[in-house]
Amino acid sequence: MTALRLERLTLSRFRNYEALDWRPGARLVVIAGANGSGKTNLLEAVSLLGTGRGLRGAATATLARGGQGAWAVAARLAVDGERFEVATGTDPEPPHERRVFRLDGAAPRSQAEIAARVATAWITPQMDRLFGEAASGRRRFLDRLAAAVEPAHARALAAWETAAASRRRVLAEGGDAAWLAGFEEAMARHAVAVTAGRMALARELNAALAAGAAAPFPVVRLVLDCAIAAALGGEPALAVEEGLRAALVGARAADRASGSASVGAHRADLRIEDAASGLDAAMASTGEQKAMLVGIVLGHAAVVARSRGMAPLLLLDEPLVHLDAGRRAALFATLRGLDAQALMTGTEAGEFAPLADAAALFACAGGGLSPAPFPTVPRAW
Amino acid sequence: MGGPEVERLIALLAKLPGMGPRSARRAALRMLAEPETRMLPLAAALSEAARTVSACSTCGNLDTRNPCMVCADNARDRSLVCVVETVSDLWALERTHTHHGLYHVLGATLSALGGVTPADIDLSLLLRRLDGTVREIILALPATVDGAATTHWLTEKLAASGIAVTRLAHGVPIGGSLDILDDGTLATALKARRPVE
Repeated sequence: MTALRLERLTLSRFRNYEALDWRPGARLVVIAGANGSGKTNLLEAVSLLGTGRGLRGAATATLARGGQGAWAVAARLAVDGERFEVATGTDPEPPHERRVFRLDGAAPRSQAEIAARVATAWITPQMDRLFGEAASGRRRFLDRLAAAVEPAHARALAAWETAAASRRRVLAEGGDAAWLAGFEEAMARHAVAVTAGRMALARELNAALAAGAAAPFPVVRLVLDCAIAAALGGEPALAVEEGLRAALVGARAADRASGSASVGAHRADLRIEDAASGLDAAMASTGEQKAMLVGIVLGHAAVVARSRGMAPLLLLDEPLVHLDAGRRAALFATLRGLDAQALMTGTEAGEFAPLADAAALFACAGGGLSPAPFPTVPRAW
Repeated sequence: MGGPEVERLIALLAKLPGMGPRSARRAALRMLAEPETRMLPLAAALSEAARTVSACSTCGNLDTRNPCMVCADNARDRSLVCVVETVSDLWALERTHTHHGLYHVLGATLSALGGVTPADIDLSLLLRRLDGTVREIILALPATVDGAATTHWLTEKLAASGIAVTRLAHGVPIGGSLDILDDGTLATALKARRPVE
């Protein structure tokens, strides 16, 4: 399977890096360092090579060193030996709030060109909260997974949000009925498109996991808890659109009072359950939840690889936290067997020592990276 | 650098669409390097255009004549009026040589988030034109959320006139394969299907 490779990364005034020129030089890469040394910042920089707001979801203007001014991330990437350059950063002109891209030195015609060339998948410690947080966090997670497989999903979601925000504003200001009707038609159309995208992602991911894409990690099932999805299961999309539009027209008074929309893509929740037992992941232990998340990310990488024709870059921030020795060994074995390049971080290099024969280790400190040997770990008898 | 005259020139250029301070500086320096061949002819053209070009009082097009060349052309079909957002859209449609009717430039689309409300869009000029000769109004507004909402709003506003209101089709681009289209565009194309002629 073809895989996206990061060959070189340069950072300019990005987070805690004043200037960095780094060549990972291996398919499996471990970045080890103390808390606050910049390990996650490095993965965040790589995640920003694709479209979207990266693995922290941060605003463009906040990413510069010192929190202000311009910043840039540039990379040489390769697929099947064919190299190309992608760069992103702030517009060079103040106030440095707009993010721009370069593809092989030129401005791309649209971000879709970037989305077609760069694919990443990540896991971060913050995602451990996915199971216990509000539904909005799970929707964002699902939408990110869906957009990585089908970039048009992000456009449909943005259009839905614009239409919903516009309707809220017009409702709050008294509202011209004909104008509201325009937004309600757009909301219905985009809500159905967003829901269809979410359903397709859940279907493909569930199939990949059931087929063993993340073995030996727990096989989970993603269940979309959503009235629109339920309707799409039994009616043609156009009928569902018309029903949604009519429901929005009928709910104007209530929606004006609540400042929200009573129906729409924002009412969905994602339930993750153990495929074998049906147990809700929210009830599982922290370690089990982490294992499930790793499984989802590996399964998602397989779905992206199949649909995009190339394995995405895997960005695994502190992947070993909460995993027991058996699961760690399973993760290492899985990573060895993948085609995808994986960048991993951890505070203790020794924990990654079982990968010493296959991975490159870099010590992260003082806003820089330096190659380092894996420490020898005495065998525990 | 270069004195207040140059700074003023750069500041004025930087306010143009698609220009920023850096590109404005580049353009100014290029002109200043060859004032006789680049700058003075441009200044003369700007001055001439500012003196002679105005908005057509019928449709809003920009032209040296009023009514504009399109409105004054007796060969055009006066029963068809195509509503566009900007003059740039009008010129784009003219380049296709497929619309032989008249135009109406709306000047903006409604934007709840941008603060453009129905009160900001003057329809009186358009409504005055519906004097019995117009049989069809074509809404050629952008395929954005605001463009679609404006299309919907205009359709309702024009419903009382009894004139047929149509909009541009959305869907499969010419030369495009179905499997590369996003779901929304494909669904819209399916909805807008028509009998094979």
